[in-house]
Order: sequence, then C-alpha cells, then structure tokens
Amino acid sequence: MIEFRKEFFADERDDDLKEIGRPTIRQDIEGHVTGRSPFFDDHLFEGLLHVRCVRSPHHHARIRRIDTTEAERSPGVVRILTGRDVPRNLNTLLSLLDFGIDDEPLLAESRVAYMGEPVAAVIATSEARARDGVARVRVEWEELPHVLDVEEAIRPGAPVVCEAYPTNRFIYHGRYDHQKLRFGDVEAALRGADHIVEGRYQMSPIEQAPIETCGAIAAPEENGRFVCYTSTQALFFSLGTAAKMLQTPSSRLHFIGGTVGGGFGGKVDSLHEPLAILAAMLTGRPCKYAFDREEEMQVGAPRGAERWYLTDGVMGDGRIVARAFRGYFDSGAYTRLSSYAIIKAVGHLPGPYTIPNVAADVYCVYTNRTPATAMRGFGITGVDFAIEAQMDKVADRVGMHPLELRILNAYRDGDMKAHRREAKGCALVECAQVVAEKAGIALSAAARAASSRTGGGGERGRLPAFTATDGKGRVEGSTSGSYARKSAPGPARAAPAPGRPPAAPPAPAAAAASPPARRPDAAGAPPPPPGAPAAGRAAGGGSMPPPAASPAPPPGPGTGDAARRGALRFSSLSGLRRR
Amino acid sequence: MARHRGRGFAAINYPIGMNLGGDPSQALVHANPDGKFTVALSSIDLGQGMKSVTRQIAAETLGVPVEDVWVDTADSDTGPHCMGSFASRGTHRVGNAVIAAAREARAVLLEAAAEELEVDAGDLVTDGRGNIHVRGAPARAITTMAAAQAAQFRQGRTVSGRGIFLIPLSPVDPETGEMTPVSCFAHAAMMVEVEVDDETGEVGVTDMQSAYEVGRALNPRLVGQQLTGGAWMGMSHALWETTEPFYPDRAHRPVDFSAYLMPGPGDLSSHHISILERPAPDGPYGAKGPGEMCANPVLPAVANAIWDAVGVRVDDLPITPEKVLRGLRAQGGARPRRRG
Repeated sequence: MIEFRKEFFADERDDDLKEIGRPTIRQDIEGHVTGRSPFFDDHLFEGLLHVRCVRSPHHHARIRRIDTTEAERSPGVVRILTGRDVPRNLNTLLSLLDFGIDDEPLLAESRVAYMGEPVAAVIATSEARARDGVARVRVEWEELPHVLDVEEAIRPGAPVVCEAYPTNRFIYHGRYDHQKLRFGDVEAALRGADHIVEGRYQMSPIEQAPIETCGAIAAPEENGRFVCYTSTQALFFSLGTAAKMLQTPSSRLHFIGGTVGGGFGGKVDSLHEPLAILAAMLTGRPCKYAFDREEEMQVGAPRGAERWYLTDGVMGDGRIVARAFRGYFDSGAYTRLSSYAIIKAVGHLPGPYTIPNVAADVYCVYTNRTPATAMRGFGITGVDFAIEAQMDKVADRVGMHPLELRILNAYRDGDMKAHRREAKGCALVECAQVVAEKAGIALSAAARAASSRTGGGGERGRLPAFTATDGKGRVEGSTSGSYARKSAPGPARAAPAPGRPPAAPPAPAAAAASPPARRPDAAGAPPPPPGAPAAGRAAGGGSMPPPAASPAPPPGPGTGDAARRGALRFSSLSGLRRR
Repeated sequence: MARHRGRGFAAINYPIGMNLGGDPSQALVHANPDGKFTVALSSIDLGQGMKSVTRQIAAETLGVPVEDVWVDTADSDTGPHCMGSFASRGTHRVGNAVIAAAREARAVLLEAAAEELEVDAGDLVTDGRGNIHVRGAPARAITTMAAAQAAQFRQGRTVSGRGIFLIPLSPVDPETGEMTPVSCFAHAAMMVEVEVDDETGEVGVTDMQSAYEVGRALNPRLVGQQLTGGAWMGMSHALWETTEPFYPDRAHRPVDFSAYLMPGPGDLSSHHISILERPAPDGPYGAKGPGEMCANPVLPAVANAIWDAVGVRVDDLPITPEKVLRGLRAQGGARPRRRG
C-alpha cells in the first residue's frame, strides 16, 4: 500500500507538471516481459569461444608453477592465458579517480591472496570444454599463512595480504592509515555525559544476487576495433579500465550495454570486459567470459563486511552530546572500491542527528577473502545499522520512546554537520512523525510540534569552539595521495615496472593551507558558506606518481598501432590533476 | 514455548550521488525531422527505470508528450560519457544532464517556431501535447512537427542540445574529515513488527509501516516499486542473507540459491508506505534517488523489534535463528519489552 503525503512541504513544490509525477509505463517493459530486450548474453556470435578461469583453492599461496601443457591438448581448447599475456597486469579500479595505487592483477602471476583468485584463463569452443581445460591446468601451490579477521589483520606480524599496502591498511592522503573525522571534543563531552552507551556491530558479506550474472562478450569489429557487449553498471568506467589494462586506445573499443539484469552494485567492478577483449584480441574470434552462479556468489565481489564500535555520551533528557566511531571495512584481498566507501561513510557520520562532538577512525583493512565492492547503500548501510541499533539502546537507557529520541536529536535546516557543512533540506522529523502516527504512538507535544525547518541553526549552526585532533596512525615514508613504499617485498615478477619517481617531499604549501585543527571559534561568527571548501587545499597534500607505461606491446590485431598509452582518468581524488 | 510480538524503529538519511562529487554525466538530445526526439546516453538501466525516468524528464523539459521521446542507451560510440548507474546517482546526475540538453534543444525548437509564426520566441509556450503557441493565444500555434520540419528543411537549424551535470570534486581534510559530501539527502523512518518463536529462534516480519522522503517522485509507480522491493531486500539482509554464514570463518559458503538464503513469497510482510516530497534545489524537478536508501532502515528496525519482542540484542547480521536462540539461552528465555 502506497500513499503520497502531499501536505508535507507543499509550499516548496510545484505539482503542476505535465509528465513528471505521472505513473508512465516503462519504455522497456514490453521487451522485458516478452523476452525481446537484448541483454549482453543475447549476442551469441557464430563461432563464439568461452572463457573460464583457473582459480586458487587457497586463501593465500605462492604460485610455484603453472603447467598448461595437458590442458592445451584438451579437446576444444584454443588458447590459455596467464598473467604474462595481460599488457598491464596491475590495476586498481579507482585509478580512474586517481585514488589509490594499482594493486590487483587480472590474472595472478606469483601469488594469490584469496580463494577463487584467477591465475589462468582457458579459451575453448564450448563452456564444457573450457571447464575440462580448466581441470587439466596443473598449478603448483605453496600455501602461505592467511588472515581473515579485520582486527587480526592489523596486528603486528599478521601476514601481508596486499603487497601494495604492507600494513594491511589503505593509506589515506599519504598521511594516515585510516580516515579521520574530528568535530568538537568527544573525550571531554563523554566525561560530562550522564550515560555512556557502547556497542559493537557486525555487518555480513552479502551477495548482490542479480538474476543475470556478471559477464561480457567481445568480438573483433572491422579496422582493428573490438566490440564488447557487457553487463556493466558503468559503461565508461569499464571502457577506461579495459583500455588501461590492455594498453589500447579507447577509440579501439566499442562498448554496448545499458540493458542489464539487475546490478545492485555488483557490476561496477569491471574485470570481465578486459579478459573477454584480450581473449578476442589473441584468438581473433568472439569470446564470452561470464560468471556462473557459484562464481557470482563466491568470487564475484560481495557487499563487504563492516565492523563498527560506537560510544555515545547521552544526557538524562535524551540529548546525545558525543558520539565516537571506530570502523573496520573488510576490503578483502584488494582495494576495489572499499577505500572510497569509507570516505562516503565518514561524510555521513554521525547519521541524521545533530551531535556537538563527533569523532571517527575508519580503517580499510585487507584480509585473505574475496575483495568486497559496492552494493545498494554502499558505505552507509552497515553504519546505519550500527547507528540505529545504537539509538535503540540509547532510548532504552534514558527511558524514551525510540521515535521520540530520534526527533529530539534529529538534524534540522541550518545545523552544522560533523563534516563542517550546513544541513539543508532536512526531513527526518517529518518521516518520524508520519511513522509514529501510523504506528499509533502518542508522541509528546514537543515532538509533534517539531519541524525540520525550524529550531535549527543559531548555536546549532556553529562550528565547535575547539576540536581535538591527533596524529595517531601517521604513516611514514608516504608522500602522495596514495602510498609510496620505501622498501617492501618485491612486486609480482611480471608486473609491469610501475616506474615511480623518487618519493617527493610533502608539499608544504598544500599542508600549510589546511585549516588550523585547533581553531578558537570567533563567538558569533557565521558558519562557512556551505559548499565552499577551503580554496587551494589539496586533499592529498602531495603528488601521485605518474601512471606507469607498460613495456608490453598491445597484443593481437593492431599491434603496430601507435597507441597513445596511459590510463584514462576521470578526475582526481588525490587533489591534483596531471593532464 | 511461545511466539512473541515486538516492534522496532529506525530513521535514516541517505546521500545522493558519489558523495564527493566529481562524477559527471552527459546527455545529447536531438529531433528527427518530424519532431520526435531521441535522448542519447551511456547510462545503464539495471531494471531501476533509468530509460523511463530520463524519458519523462526530457518530455517535460522539451514540452512534448512522452510518446514523442525515445531514450537510447548505452553505446559508447553514440552515447556521451556517464560515470555509471550506482551510488543513487542515476536519476539525480543524469536527470540534470538531460534537462540541460533538452533545454538547449527546446530553445532551438522555439526559435524555429517563432520564425514560422513571426513572433518573439520568448512569447512562446508548449502545451505538452505537441503544440507550440503564443502565451495566452492558443490559436496562434504551430505543431512541434511543423516547427521541427521548418528548422530542418527551411531554416537550416539543428534541433538538438547538449547537457552535462557535474558537482565538482570535493577535497577531504586528512585531520578533521572536513569535506563537501553530496548535494542532497533522502530520508526515511520505519516501524517493523516481528514475531519471534522462542523455541526455534525463527523471526517472521509481520508488518512494516514506513515514511520515505524522496525529493520528488518523478514516476510514482517506479518509486513505489523501488521502495517495496528495497525494503524487502533490507528485511532479507537483516534475517537471511550472507555469503559467509560464520564470518570471518569461510566455512559453509553458499554457491547457489538453494543455500543462499533469501525470503520467499511466504516470508514477505505487508508494507504501508507513505511518500513525502521535499524537492532538492539541485535535483531534476527536485528529485533525489530512492533506490539505495529504501533498504537501510529495515535492518536496524528488525534488530530493534526482536529486542522488543524477546529482549535479545543481536548486533551481528544476519540475525539467524541460531543467534536468537543463543541469546535466549544466555538470558534464560524470552523477556518481552513491549515498548509499543
């Protein structure tokens, strides 16, 4: 049952539109219900080859040898690919945002870091023959110690999961092994609180479970181009990733998608397209690479598990005066998108409430499990579970109805949020009021009279007079928006030499432009205008190494092309643009 | 041995788009000679209705009937760049790009019509049914088809438009986390009613009562479908789903839908949804993205309802019968709270 409550915010809305607001039938529904909408898997070319991967049976192991001789003689096997065939066999998806350094091979060469990690790809005339070929590839493994728990992974002496990040933690801004949020003085406020409420919350890994599993079909087009039909959720993201890993100009790639059988975040990691295209390049034939259901569930990246510790300081009347978070995102063996999700989570804290003192330390941790990725509510769902379960405990402690507590603490227009921007367009109070009404709960007169549009701003709109900061988790030897190693175990044998320049000293100008962490609040000073970040302040406070140019030539047809190489880059999270 | 009823609450907000910005999307709009429009995108329709919502936005902005617009996506040779369909960014970012492109195309269409009618383009309005006329004088009119034909064959104009929407990338302060995340927030509050069997530990969701604030429901039917399905997904996250049932141990991993547990039709509860609309100043016709946030309040509301029913707090998801039973055993049986 769905109803519209048009009486709320009616004065902010023009309801006299012609097409907007109408329940128009979907443009594509007829094709969907009659089975005629073209999904990627409907492009079954004549002579289509099938790609299946040889996968690690271990959580963590060294690859001593991959023997493909028997598999190559297996009926129907056309070719077997290993990491050496990948022109640039090291990537991180967010390199398109200049965020983080390349850490993940398309096909592992010297080491695997999670169960299911691919080490070879068998290309055969049918899926069954590809499976037979996979069974005949002999891999000599040397098992290594592994770690599966986020808090064990960051203890000294834990096995190194991801060579790019030897402490098993992503490095933020080249400066810290976690992302900080500091607003006011949480410790002092906790000392003055009537109640302390603590909680530990654990999110589980979850499969996106689309009906259509992830996949791509690539085929040679005319003039050295390749067409790729894909289930991606992000066409140009996938195209950029493929162009980078295959070291081929984007103009040689023609991506077609847009009609997808569910995604829920699991089709943002684009690793099917480069392998399908590489197979098409090296065989000259159309090739399909798609997950079966087992791979979709256990090799395809799930919603990552998150662990959150919350500490609230609460006054007897229900006002929350302090909230501290410690969070661990289980990124699995590689970064994928988890590092970015943490930034999203930190900008979301402390939830939809105005709390004068907030702090958070959030870690992106590597463990020997399937890399995690986006899923519906990425970066938010897990911490919202923690926050709202915690709110229930707070309500119980102070003896208030849970909705009453939420309305009391709800953020309102004009309030200052913990990420130091003004709250606008709030509507939490109204949602809570509607639910109370429908659930038959008698709210107090104050809660009934509350509004997101009144009662905010003023004192609540000011930055804290004092913010406690600290240098905990400082990382040495790191100079960039990502992370530059001084010395670490050698990289994968055949990984392209990244060609990093010597580490540059931290950029003092950028550091000096950072706001003073402990700034006395000019009483009565207006808050900074929303949407106006301090000009000239680089997020990273340093520079990223330039992209590596792989020494490997582009494979297959068009080898002689004078490809303009270098990664396609959309924007820069490290705060600098190079092109 | 008994079944205990309990009610749990939660309230959330949700950031729309990639939270730091820096995620542009583009759109191209052009008219065929007979005044039918194509919107070229590279955005992805995952089933959420990307094509349909952008079609309605284009029709509204162009001032033509929705039947006169077709959305073509996604082909990298013809569709301009889009960051992708994720992070609740599709409707917000792509919708704004489509508005910009449709405005540019509409301006050309009105100029063409003005030349034909020998009036000022600023005096022209569209009726949304395929006609362009002088404001206040519906008789002085020309069809969009005639205007497009005149533009194409007499005046030599392209009835087309380009659009991009970009929220510039925000820096993040390493020391304080100061940043300018997102542009607007959607909101929700939720009441979940459960029944907990204190013998088996099984939890059934018996009712949901919610309020979702979505900025503006561009297509109320699509919004309703998102909220209904998304809330069920939240319920499923709370009670059933995991790829690693004994996380962080990796044993007993499901590999198909017979072992990967999700609610079946008989497990779904009734759900009464109230939709509120507080338009976002930077949203397309005020819209935010309802797709992701609709699941989020259900997870904690279920956990809180179980506590209300039997006095057991399970802070590890999913809340399996085993966890409920262990909690009941630890406290010597059910201790209903019934806070109402």
